[in-house]
Amino acid sequence: MSAFLAIIRRDLLLAMRRKSEVLTALFFFIIVVSLFPLGIGPEPQLLKKIAPGILWVAALLSTMLSLNRLFATDHADGTLEQLVLSPTPLGLLVAGKIVAHWLTSGLPLVLLAPVLGVQFDLDASALGILVGALLLGTPLLSLIGAIGAALTLGVRGGGVLLSLLVLPLYVPALIFGAGAVEAHISGLGATGHLSLLAALLALAAFFAPWATTAALRVSLE
Amino acid sequence: MLSVSDLSCIRGERRLFSGLGFDLAPGEWLHVQGENGSGKTTLLRALVGLSPPAEGEIIWRGEPTHRLGEDYRREMLYLGHHGAVKEELTPLENLKLAAALDGRSLDDREAMAALHRFGLKGREELPVRFLSAGQKRRVLLARLVTRNAVLWVLDEPFTALDVKAVDMLSALIGEHLADGGLAVLTSHQPMPIPGGKVARL
Repeated sequence: MSAFLAIIRRDLLLAMRRKSEVLTALFFFIIVVSLFPLGIGPEPQLLKKIAPGILWVAALLSTMLSLNRLFATDHADGTLEQLVLSPTPLGLLVAGKIVAHWLTSGLPLVLLAPVLGVQFDLDASALGILVGALLLGTPLLSLIGAIGAALTLGVRGGGVLLSLLVLPLYVPALIFGAGAVEAHISGLGATGHLSLLAALLALAAFFAPWATTAALRVSLE
Repeated sequence: MLSVSDLSCIRGERRLFSGLGFDLAPGEWLHVQGENGSGKTTLLRALVGLSPPAEGEIIWRGEPTHRLGEDYRREMLYLGHHGAVKEELTPLENLKLAAALDGRSLDDREAMAALHRFGLKGREELPVRFLSAGQKRRVLLARLVTRNAVLWVLDEPFTALDVKAVDMLSALIGEHLADGGLAVLTSHQPMPIPGGKVARL
């Protein structure tokens, strides 16, 4: 367990020393989301309708930006080999890396979303649902993305391959995440969507670290 | 203690070596020699379990290593020719975090002592990216002192080190062997450590 906390601490420390990488993904999210209201113009009904979709698509793309470096830097400097050869089970270390990835790239999106949602004329209760959906959805993005990042490790042009591999797998998160806010606005209630999102998260939390570990071992051979 | 029999490794389409075997008892070390591209690194990676060999068995304390898993990895330390240190972190942080990831706690005093032994006094709090190639190598090698492994598998450990550091590392390996440790090294230089076995690829 101490090794699990140590790898989270290490990755957070590295993220703090390399702030630009984290901030790039974050600014990308802010800018993409902010450009839509400017481009579409002041039509509150339309903006309200498209808001959940835009916020979610921007969150997916912003997560994609930061996925590349999840294992790539450790692979390049040889520390990944040391993680594989550590007496600590690799699955535990991988889980720690995924948690750290979510803390640096997912959690900031969750915290920023309500501020950006105001631009789309979302009311307080809709913003609450948006935050809830992102809180369940962004860890799912990190978990699924980790499998893709491990599979494309060391592959030339891995970035494009990673998007092709991971974005289709993000579709369920996108549908239920954006659907939750839409359902709430239209008065249907978001419970169903949020429950499905939580179920997906539970499933991914169980399988993704395991699948990522297997993919890493293959990539390193 | 470490016994390898009939090992063969294939890289791509090419068979690098086959029928390789050796035994190491406590206090013995193996010098892996061979031309560039003859498979020295591949042999070491097979020994530590990073890439499984095409044929053959690697036995540690009477058990195949792939079945021992964590028990083998706890007693083994592999330092490859990669840096394996984080440029953004200081030598002290690198050493302490590496120990923590292995599930060991390392206090400042012990970590400092290891770094001082490798001549990094005064550089403990400087990010590694400001250090020279040889000093980076020393940061990595300091793990030999802090990790307490029985089997050291070192790929070109003397690369980038100055004369003084080479002597110091040789002495350290000598001490390790005298304590009943084992070592497998690759190097193109003649090794100033007595009593080694040789494997030519």
